[in-house]
Amino acid sequence: MKIHIKNGRLIDPRNEIDAIKDVFIAAGKIVSVGVAPESFLANRVLDATGLVVCPGLIDLSARLREPGLEYKATLISEMAAAVAGGVTSLVCPPDTDPPLDEPGLVEMLKYRAKSLNQARVYPLGALTQKLAGTELTEMAELHAAGCIAFSHADAPLDDTLVMLRAMAYAATFGFTVWLRPQDAALSRNGVAHDGEVATRLGLPSIPSCAETIALSTILQLARETGAKVHICRLSSLEGIEMVRAAKQQGMAVSCDVGIHHAHLSEMDIGFFDSNCHLIPPLRNLRDRDAIRAALKDGTVDAICSDHAPVDDDAKILPFAESEAGATGLELLLPLTLKWAGEMGVPLNQAIKKITADPARILGVANGHLGMGQSADICIFDPEAYWKVEPKALKSQGKNTPFLGVELQGKVRYTLVDGHLVYEAAY
Amino acid sequence: MPNNPQLNKNGELQHLLTIEGLSAEMLRHILDTAEPFVSVAEREVKKVPLLRGKAIFNLFFEPSTRTRTTFEIAAKRLSADVINLNIGASSQSKGETLLDTVDNLAAMQADMFIVRHAQSGAAHLIASHVAPHIHVVNAGDGRHAHPTQGLLDMFTIRKFKKEFHNLRVAIVGDVMHSRVARSQIHALTTLGVPEVRVIAPKTLLPAGVEHLGVHVYNDMAKGLKDVDVVIMLRLQNERMRGAMLPSAQEYFKYYGLTADKLAHAKSDAIVMHPGPMNRGVEIDSSVADGKQSVILPQVTFGIAVRMAVMSILAGS
Repeated sequence: MKIHIKNGRLIDPRNEIDAIKDVFIAAGKIVSVGVAPESFLANRVLDATGLVVCPGLIDLSARLREPGLEYKATLISEMAAAVAGGVTSLVCPPDTDPPLDEPGLVEMLKYRAKSLNQARVYPLGALTQKLAGTELTEMAELHAAGCIAFSHADAPLDDTLVMLRAMAYAATFGFTVWLRPQDAALSRNGVAHDGEVATRLGLPSIPSCAETIALSTILQLARETGAKVHICRLSSLEGIEMVRAAKQQGMAVSCDVGIHHAHLSEMDIGFFDSNCHLIPPLRNLRDRDAIRAALKDGTVDAICSDHAPVDDDAKILPFAESEAGATGLELLLPLTLKWAGEMGVPLNQAIKKITADPARILGVANGHLGMGQSADICIFDPEAYWKVEPKALKSQGKNTPFLGVELQGKVRYTLVDGHLVYEAAY
Repeated sequence: MPNNPQLNKNGELQHLLTIEGLSAEMLRHILDTAEPFVSVAEREVKKVPLLRGKAIFNLFFEPSTRTRTTFEIAAKRLSADVINLNIGASSQSKGETLLDTVDNLAAMQADMFIVRHAQSGAAHLIASHVAPHIHVVNAGDGRHAHPTQGLLDMFTIRKFKKEFHNLRVAIVGDVMHSRVARSQIHALTTLGVPEVRVIAPKTLLPAGVEHLGVHVYNDMAKGLKDVDVVIMLRLQNERMRGAMLPSAQEYFKYYGLTADKLAHAKSDAIVMHPGPMNRGVEIDSSVADGKQSVILPQVTFGIAVRMAVMSILAGS
């Protein structure tokens, strides 16, 4: 299959390209950019006039809910959502049921995902067995089965000695440890930021120091063990300051934020909107603004959707009893564009945060459109508006704080390995 | 911020979920409506026919004696049919969801739900779910709100102090876990009380409580100085020892309302408590039963205020 993508605005941040250039694909690879290879005869020509052609998005956190949680979502539904959102690679946290703590489970997930021929799935292995925080998993075996790194998802890891050993063991093999900083005791039962809104609504709360105390522990243990760490879902100004300082000291640490936290604050909870029940909690406007600025100045490396589809029954409950999470795969691109537009960030820099930067964190070759690369491509209309509503979403989870909002930026085509895996109906 | 979910499109009260967001005019209207209902209780026939034929469901997901009983009396004095449901003991323990329970009861031709639930926001959830002709009254949701208690406290203050604009009011105790305190604070600030204080150890104050418009004190002598109204909060048994407070004895010594501490307030200050009281923990018996106490009138007025709320909702 040969594909010719014609007249599009090619944005490839890693290769510093932002120009009208054609892209030529053969046998799943990019064979030329700009000029057609000799005697190239396309089977399909995609007219990208007025559209942006960029590397397929790489989402650092998307829960597919398989195995075990199929009533929330299935691989089929969420992989369809991924490509509809232009996401061609995604990282799957280990908090499935059972957790991804055995090689067989990882192999099964990889096999099932691959058989759907859609986005690439990079599973994160569980750092401890059953994510219980006591015994290490067989990390080397899990890595051999396909785990790209190791994480504790949102499960508490309150034993510092176990954390130290997990990091030391991971460092033995050069594996990266992904941790979301949250002190277990300070966050127990909490559902909202410890601030004005939780006080007004009478909701059990989680203070920002739950993040900074855990972050301090993680950074110190990383120094102690030499483990590579990736900090997931920062939520507070103070947490961002700590990562900034660590980076300035030359520490090899990367971090990401969830896209919701670049737009929303505790105020959006309004009168108990359970769609704003997220992990970590939405904090105050000062924190949100710090996240927006830190994305721009590079302190925060990447944006992820933190996709967490939740069934309706788990959302129509009193706020504290509702399940945390929001669907996000199909909103990652438009919400990143919204952030960039509001912050005066050029389009190529915005796209870098969801392509080349996450690829660098993962240590994978994709995330750019250089010659010979696998043709993982997202083609979107940067001007098109669409309304976020249940019927517009392929994800089985319809839960999002952005329901009813008009967003700009709509995916038209998605290619993985040179195959057209999504084409918008219009 | 979304539109206030307790008002209908004409700006009338559709549900009573929280004091927050209600205008001073609305609060005064409720208090004024309650006035004539106080005398209903003194008549030989203690009934008015305002809610005849209406079905009011007391939907208590959390045990309560006083609040449920006063709502029941209020509804009966308005000639409504009252159905009491103790949900904690029935369907919820069989796994039925909150909204399924509500749907089932709505199908029994309910006109109004009086809801008490352990989770903040439960009444909002129910209000957002029921058919437009059904009214919801929040009778306490988690730590969030207990608006009829807040209103009956305002009614009591107005009875004894006449005006709000010249008062200094202190709320003492477990503000962190108290829905009553939150409703009182919103009501007092809305009605124009110039100085609302909260007095508590730091473990019982929620983050940013000053954003609700209150002055924070940790010391009883300073906090009670020259106040006109002292509102004591109930200290739940489970908070009395552990990581919130070391002991009931130490709490009483530093924060319990005794005659000595009350002497810092104005000599004509009134003492209130939403009940049920823990004598010897947050309040000394000599004060609870003393001449400055208006704790029993609060209960009496509670019925009139709840009659007012139900009749206003039924009329909207």
